[in-house]
Amino acid sequence: MEDQNNPFNILNKDISQSTELRSSDVSGDLKQRIESILNSADIVLFMKGNAQMPQCGFSANTVAILKHIGKSFTTFDILQDMDIREGLKEYSNWPTYPQLYFKSKLVGGNDIITEMFESGDLQEVFEN
Amino acid sequence: MNPLQMVKDLIESKLKDSLVQVGDMTGTLDHLDILVVSDEFKGKMLIDQHQIVMDILREPLKDQIHAVKIKTITKEKYNKLQG
Repeated sequence: MEDQNNPFNILNKDISQSTELRSSDVSGDLKQRIESILNSADIVLFMKGNAQMPQCGFSANTVAILKHIGKSFTTFDILQDMDIREGLKEYSNWPTYPQLYFKSKLVGGNDIITEMFESGDLQEVFEN
Repeated sequence: MNPLQMVKDLIESKLKDSLVQVGDMTGTLDHLDILVVSDEFKGKMLIDQHQIVMDILREPLKDQIHAVKIKTITKEKYNKLQG
């Protein structure tokens, strides 16, 4: 029901396929925490806000693409966790959010995800 | 030096046979739109293509450039786009 009020959910899909991982679900040192988040699902999106309520247009766009593809995915809100927010940039050597991972490997940020979605490459990656 | 020219020269010097176009998205010389055409990208994932460009720019530009929008493409695809 929240979903209907979400201005970013441009494709108007339901959000049942997304789950949110909370900061308190992971503990341990930073690298281990990052890896445990990455291992929590095949598709993991580190974003600002969550799938229901993205806090940034780029994150919202990536969420909309994932919803459109329809595979289940997990999100992690980097605004709630400064350690992960800074640590993941180092870990992945990638400076911005959102960051989309498939099977623990960085696939891209919003620009790359958009380009891969339009070419069909993203859907292909998810089939592997 | 003009950051646009600096970015262009830097990438072209580090990435052999590359062709680079740099645009200024905001008129403030700190939000750059960068097109890189190179056969170094052949067979690589987009993320790896972008990482190659980011690795070249990261250190020299960390204090000057606020945001970059990168587009990478192989020569073959670029020539097709040009018709």
